[in-house]
Amino acid sequence: MSTATLKKEAREVKAPRWKDIGLSNAKVIDLYRQMLLIRRFEERAAQEYGKSKIGGFCHLYIGQEAVGVGAIAALREDDYIFSAYRDHGHALARGMDPKAIMAELFGKYTGCSKGVGGSMHMFDAQRGFMGGYGIVGGHIPLASGTAFASKYLGKDSVTICFFGEAAANQGVFHETLNLAALWKLPVVFICENNRFGMGTAVERSTAVWDIYQKASAYNMTRQWVDGMDVVEMYRVVKESIDRARETNEPTMLEARTYRFRGHSMSDPIHGHYRTKEEVEEQKKSDPILTFGHELLTANILSQSVIDEMELEIKKTVEESVEFAEHSPEPPPDALFENVYV
Amino acid sequence: MAVIAFREALNQAMCEEMERDPNVFLMGEEVGQYQGAYKVSQGMLQKFGEKRVIDTPITEAGFAGLGIGAAMVGLRPIVEMMTWNFAILAFDQLFNNAAKIRYMSAGQFKVPMVVRGPSGAAHALASQHSQALESILAHVPGLIVVMPSTPADGKGLLKSAIRDDNPVMFMESEMMYGQKGEVPEEEYMIPIGVGDIKRKGDHVTIVAWSKMLHVSLAAADELMKEGIEAEVIDPRTIRPLDEDLIINSIKKTNRCVIVEEAWPFASVGSEIASRIYAKAFDYLDAPVERVNGADIPMPYAHNLEMLALPSVPKVVAAVKKVLYR
Repeated sequence: MSTATLKKEAREVKAPRWKDIGLSNAKVIDLYRQMLLIRRFEERAAQEYGKSKIGGFCHLYIGQEAVGVGAIAALREDDYIFSAYRDHGHALARGMDPKAIMAELFGKYTGCSKGVGGSMHMFDAQRGFMGGYGIVGGHIPLASGTAFASKYLGKDSVTICFFGEAAANQGVFHETLNLAALWKLPVVFICENNRFGMGTAVERSTAVWDIYQKASAYNMTRQWVDGMDVVEMYRVVKESIDRARETNEPTMLEARTYRFRGHSMSDPIHGHYRTKEEVEEQKKSDPILTFGHELLTANILSQSVIDEMELEIKKTVEESVEFAEHSPEPPPDALFENVYV
Repeated sequence: MAVIAFREALNQAMCEEMERDPNVFLMGEEVGQYQGAYKVSQGMLQKFGEKRVIDTPITEAGFAGLGIGAAMVGLRPIVEMMTWNFAILAFDQLFNNAAKIRYMSAGQFKVPMVVRGPSGAAHALASQHSQALESILAHVPGLIVVMPSTPADGKGLLKSAIRDDNPVMFMESEMMYGQKGEVPEEEYMIPIGVGDIKRKGDHVTIVAWSKMLHVSLAAADELMKEGIEAEVIDPRTIRPLDEDLIINSIKKTNRCVIVEEAWPFASVGSEIASRIYAKAFDYLDAPVERVNGADIPMPYAHNLEMLALPSVPKVVAAVKKVLYR
């Protein structure tokens, strides 16, 4: 299950592959830009964490950007997204304001959850961003609920639900897949297999290493996807979403990816559970570098455009930090707001 | 007024609300084809069809979570738990999702969902099926906990619960489903958070809810024979608690006995006692007395089960203790 090997084969035969799946050059450039924004945003967030401007748990998405960006690009505005605790990238990919996300990380009242949610609990009702959730696997049943509601109300909104491979060992993962398959609910489960549940490698935590095959127990359509390839992510998620929209058929996807940073900010990049060499090897599949290279090679992007993009993103990120820094803390009254309706 | 059983009153509440609002639906184990494990949903599948009366697999966390997700986008699920003992499997969904989504999202989402089913001991169901879990649920901010003791309260409160925009934990009792009582013919609601004086009296206040309300009323009858007039207060809602009703009664009687089926450690009774000491200390002529289920897993044998549960003699004895008689 080496992601690197499988991915290279796919790349060499298919460029420029996105024409076949309805992606314009402008759109793929935007996918690249979104991945870069997430990367730079989180690198900056890590710096602010180091300065104690951001507290608590802070789980970076660095390395996994192609999964969220490709998947979310396949959605309509009226679709729903559930995320877990590694949710900054998903929020950015959904078009949430970087300022509101950074302010949330800073615990400010201008944050997307007014500072009460924090890193793990970003919400944006207007964008169908149904939240980031901190109990491993605990949010998976909720996704079947919005999918159920779509069907009940006769709407064709589809739900996608992100979670890690470790969540697929939880009971509610299986309970939800059973319900979604039994009742034909329009939901796409996207397992981001980054190979580690905190510090425990997938081989040490699950009897079945092909996570997508767990869905075979529920006779659910399933496949693995190269999670380091944003175009592949888009293609497969789009197919799954279209199927869900048209036939209410759920799908289970396993995006094979890798996290370049520690599990959270308090956890080293490598240590007892993986070697520096392994991380360096995986970084050769960096979804941003490889896709950038592909776009350069295909003359879709030039280095000067990339440089310009970097500058623009740097400005956006700096503005978000500036905004967060100068935003007010939640007022004391906010302590008791929104406990009950 | 019609005299109907508790289960019929709950059935009427659900049917009326489902007729009123197409976004209300009922989901749970055996609620449809089987007509309800305790026949609370009898006839509802025939009335509303499979779309709105939904049989689930035995997957409590799964369908509780599904209900929460559905509630986040505008539906109003009634999730039936065959018993609250089984709902323990769904407590992560209730505690971490239902109770917190509104807060964590800074009010962007709400979870208008009712989770309902029987709680507490029935007859000889042994340890795992006989638990009174209201204190655990009421501990969690974000949840509402309702425990009616009469058919009329059950109907009026369930209608309020279904219309409430918060997650409402609605706890019934196997032992009370067949209990009959007068229920108004016309539509009515009972507000959440408002208790009721079930019997007036001047000598002692007894606070009790659900099944224990009836044990307490029977004890009050016994006490009356000795000239002791007990005031029996039914909070009806555990959270939010109608504290004023309890405190005002104690200011009159100066004595209090709390009767609950649950274990004594960190229970709703402990909470009520603590509030009484904080807010009516100077009015008390005796320490608050508590009658609880025994602090053990429930045994199966009939004689032991009876010993474990609060009973009329235990309540009578507790009342006499606070009256120094």
